[in-house]
Amino acid sequence: MSSRPELKAPPEIFYDDVEARKYTYSSRIIEIQAKLSERALELLALPNDGVPRLLLDIGCGSGLSGETLSENGHQWIGLDISLSMLDIALEREAEGDLLLKDMGQGLGLRSGVIDGAISISAVQWLCNADKSSHEPRLRLKAFFGSLYRCLARGARAVFQVYPESLAQRELILSSAMRAGFAGGVVVDYPHSSKSRKEYLVLTCGPPSINTELPKAKLEDEESCSDDESSGEEENQTVCIADRHRPRKKQKTTKKGKGREWVLKKKEQMRRKGNAVPLDTRYTARKRKARF
Amino acid sequence: MKLLTHNMLSSNIKGVTNGFPLLIEVEKVIEKPVDFNPDFLKNMFLKVDWKALVDASRSLGYAELPEETPESSAIDSDDFLRKFHHALLELHLEEGALVCPETERKFPVTKGIPNMLLHEDEV
Repeated sequence: MSSRPELKAPPEIFYDDVEARKYTYSSRIIEIQAKLSERALELLALPNDGVPRLLLDIGCGSGLSGETLSENGHQWIGLDISLSMLDIALEREAEGDLLLKDMGQGLGLRSGVIDGAISISAVQWLCNADKSSHEPRLRLKAFFGSLYRCLARGARAVFQVYPESLAQRELILSSAMRAGFAGGVVVDYPHSSKSRKEYLVLTCGPPSINTELPKAKLEDEESCSDDESSGEEENQTVCIADRHRPRKKQKTTKKGKGREWVLKKKEQMRRKGNAVPLDTRYTARKRKARF
Repeated sequence: MKLLTHNMLSSNIKGVTNGFPLLIEVEKVIEKPVDFNPDFLKNMFLKVDWKALVDASRSLGYAELPEETPESSAIDSDDFLRKFHHALLELHLEEGALVCPETERKFPVTKGIPNMLLHEDEV
């Protein structure tokens, strides 16, 4: 991936009429999108009882991913920030309902009504600050918080993402955990640079009772990633399930960091080659109160 | 926009405590046929806010739905399900606006797509 559209312009500007058309009518992209959304739907692990569900397609664009949902009989609501993309979706007669919406502003949906959410290559856009009022951390928080509220208990959300760096993936994942989701990252084809795909699989609370099916297998990440047999070389799962860790308590004690900690840090800095003052008896000593 | 979506959507302007249901200003309504699926309707019946659906369908000019929330046994009747299906999935608000019940902020609907983008001071 040599060029990243996120780095060029904000989504509502990058996907203008020309780009939206180019994107949607490229047979290569259609194929990739179909594959990604099929896999996302599979990871969503909806109960296999033939009942259509109400799903959310976040960053639906021109409805390429929604088509897969419709083919599987589900009703979906798609939202996107680019009007040009949505226009193309209308042109292609997407069956889902479309909303012009910025996911970083929160979804604004009623609580507990959505049976699942997918998002193909969209969440990484949230990590960019395209306007002075944008703060990626807050936008991610608003997004995941509102998503958590609108999903039914036990529903899943699957995001296919292209994080730019490790830090970006961390940022997305930690925002999701903070909103209350449990889950982790599933990496398809981890050893191939071309077809490597990352999916963020998030579960909202315990499995729900109103989904009316024995769901014993669905609970953990492994069960679903073990299912695929053919193409996958390996599936890495990173589970971060600990939702109730009191974060603040871990940080510091009241006394402050202490001499040992300072010495350790200075040693670390020295190893990095930074200019660090010598260790003396004054190191990490407290100032007198009258100072 | 289907009434199903309307039933899920609320206004999330900063400071609004109860942004549901959004009021509807109608300019143009169309009907699109959708495959009838009783299983989906039964699933959705538990989730929709009945009063909001009835009010919304009336404002689109469809008055067949009963005013008070039907008993859960009603979903076995085919006649009821057909009406429910029509109101929930087949009625589309094509042109018009959604209005936030608290702030009266209008979200315009064009070509069936509501513009829910908020201004910077509303986030």
